[in-house]
Amino acid sequence: MAGNYACAEGAIAAGCRFYAGYPITPSSEIAEHMSRRLPQVGGHYVQMEDEIGSIAAILGASNAGMKVMTATSGPGFSLMMENIGLGVITETPCVVVDVQRGGPSTGLPTLVGQADMMQVRWGSHGDYEVIAFAPNSVQEMFDLTVKAFNMAEKFRTPVFVMADQIIAHMTDRLVIPPPEDIEVVQRKKAMKQGPSFLPFDFSQDFPPMAIAGEGHHVNVDSLTHDERGYPSAKHDVSERMLEHLIGKIRNNLETIVQVEHYLTDDAKVVVIAYGSTSRSALHAVKEARRAGMKVGLLRLITPWPFPVREVERIGAKAKAVVVPEINYGQIEHPVREHVDCRVIGIHHAAGSLVPPDKIYAALEKL
Amino acid sequence: MTEVELVHGVEISVKHPRDELLRADRLPHIWCPGCGLGIVTKCLVEAIRRSDVPLDRHVVVSGIGCTSRLPGYLNLDTYHTTHGRAIPFATGLKIANPDLEVTVVAGDGDLFNIGGNHLIHAIRRNVDLNVFCVNNFNYGMTGGQFGATTPIGARTATTPYGNFEAPFNLPYIVAAAGAPFVARWTTLHVRQLLRVMRRAFQIQGLAFVEIISPCPPTFGELNNFEDGYAMMEYFRNYSRVDDHAELSTIGLSMKPPDPVVVGNFVDTRKPTYHELERELIERARN
Ligand code: SF4
Repeated sequence: MAGNYACAEGAIAAGCRFYAGYPITPSSEIAEHMSRRLPQVGGHYVQMEDEIGSIAAILGASNAGMKVMTATSGPGFSLMMENIGLGVITETPCVVVDVQRGGPSTGLPTLVGQADMMQVRWGSHGDYEVIAFAPNSVQEMFDLTVKAFNMAEKFRTPVFVMADQIIAHMTDRLVIPPPEDIEVVQRKKAMKQGPSFLPFDFSQDFPPMAIAGEGHHVNVDSLTHDERGYPSAKHDVSERMLEHLIGKIRNNLETIVQVEHYLTDDAKVVVIAYGSTSRSALHAVKEARRAGMKVGLLRLITPWPFPVREVERIGAKAKAVVVPEINYGQIEHPVREHVDCRVIGIHHAAGSLVPPDKIYAALEKL
Repeated sequence: MTEVELVHGVEISVKHPRDELLRADRLPHIWCPGCGLGIVTKCLVEAIRRSDVPLDRHVVVSGIGCTSRLPGYLNLDTYHTTHGRAIPFATGLKIANPDLEVTVVAGDGDLFNIGGNHLIHAIRRNVDLNVFCVNNFNYGMTGGQFGATTPIGARTATTPYGNFEAPFNLPYIVAAAGAPFVARWTTLHVRQLLRVMRRAFQIQGLAFVEIISPCPPTFGELNNFEDGYAMMEYFRNYSRVDDHAELSTIGLSMKPPDPVVVGNFVDTRKPTYHELERELIERARN
């Protein structure tokens, strides 16, 4: 099965019953598969007029109580930015899949890129934190999509699957476990009503969510708001709200951050990679080990929130880290922020996989 | 019954009859003196109060702008979204839960400038929404700049020499896009507004109502309406009720003696998105 289908199946398995999207290469197979599968399980496939409408529609549907998703690629992702902020400030769970292609602008529609890694973190205006997964296999397109839903529902925030064209179109064996073996988180829904009910209680990281039509009479607002959901321009309200939005992620890093180590224990040089690039990196590291070099691989499964502790630990031991990416050094930035050793970025923007040789050559020089 | 209390020998009602539907703790509202939005609020509250749909199922969605502040004063499930995006947000809510009675209240700028594409597509899909568009002929909240409804020749903060861009004729566009219900009234026509809002709740499919409203400090002042009352006078003297008006001819100049043609222009029935989607789901499951 191809990665995009695995992603769609992961969404269904996680309980997604509402998809709104706009076709765009190389993500369209997700929409196609959802249009076939969702009606079969009583769900809704809505093809919107553009990506702005798509993200707005999923936020609306999520407020009606559904698990929701959209999928896109760079140009569509750019269009979604404003309402990603709406999802953040209204604490609306949703999953956004970005199958990255080459850019900027229309760029390379059919070829791979990883250049939306900073946009996902900082692309919408204002301050916020995000949770983003970077799958590196067909199986992970399934597994991490399920996980993205679980995180979105728990943290009440947009969660991103930062796939790339290679993983999305790659065909591989996929194991879909029986439903009872898949961990699925259900949203905590508000039960309380009346004047004492605080739909945006900032004193808890994860206040239960008020669903439309269930009698809460909630005001959900894109403006800075207080615990009641009432808009406010007071300094202390703004501070409290932002502290809550950012805190709910920063206070729970240990339950979010996920990395994978390959022979990093004794490594003098460590490659830090994610997504399809981590496959080339693994190949290069194995070759280098065979040639007797003390090298390892740290794979970022969650590029955001950035795995600070894990990268710091690597930086304290290694004499150099190598960061290959299909962009001009985006994740290289936070890596530089958190290590004292030498950092070598491998910038590859050819619309193709980073060739393992390119990584091997860098390792050889160190 | 209104509760009454004696204060210094004077009877004061402690509860407004419509308090239940208002977030009284959010008042006073932010609107200017003479603004038509208070009248729209009153009509909407009354229409909701008298509707057959229970309060808990009424949901009101807005975008950004003066009109879009309205839902925030209603004691219902209310969603104040981003500029121009009320329609797709409401589309998601309604498709996800068709039992909700979803009303969008937004301004002409929100629905026809930045959000115009969403609106015509929601109409094409015939999503069962009530769309109440308050048209004040300019961007009020940002200080009165021109937009897609500003009449030719009108002065605004960004048309100091007069507007030369042709405005949209809202009922004509909406009817052309295929809306099963299309009406236009002004804030002078409170009874008709109340009636048309109640009718909109009953319509299966997208019901569109343009509500012409005074905006005294910006559009009004620069265009020979010295206050809200002056524009209401214009509505009183020059409104012409014509349910059968030829819609291509009812564009607005907002200059006496040109008329403001009002009425319930279109009232038809066609299958809604939700009805057709339900059939599709049945087919896919069998
Ligand atoms: S600017 Fe115009 S529309 Fe806005 S509150 Fe004032 S009068 Fe009303």
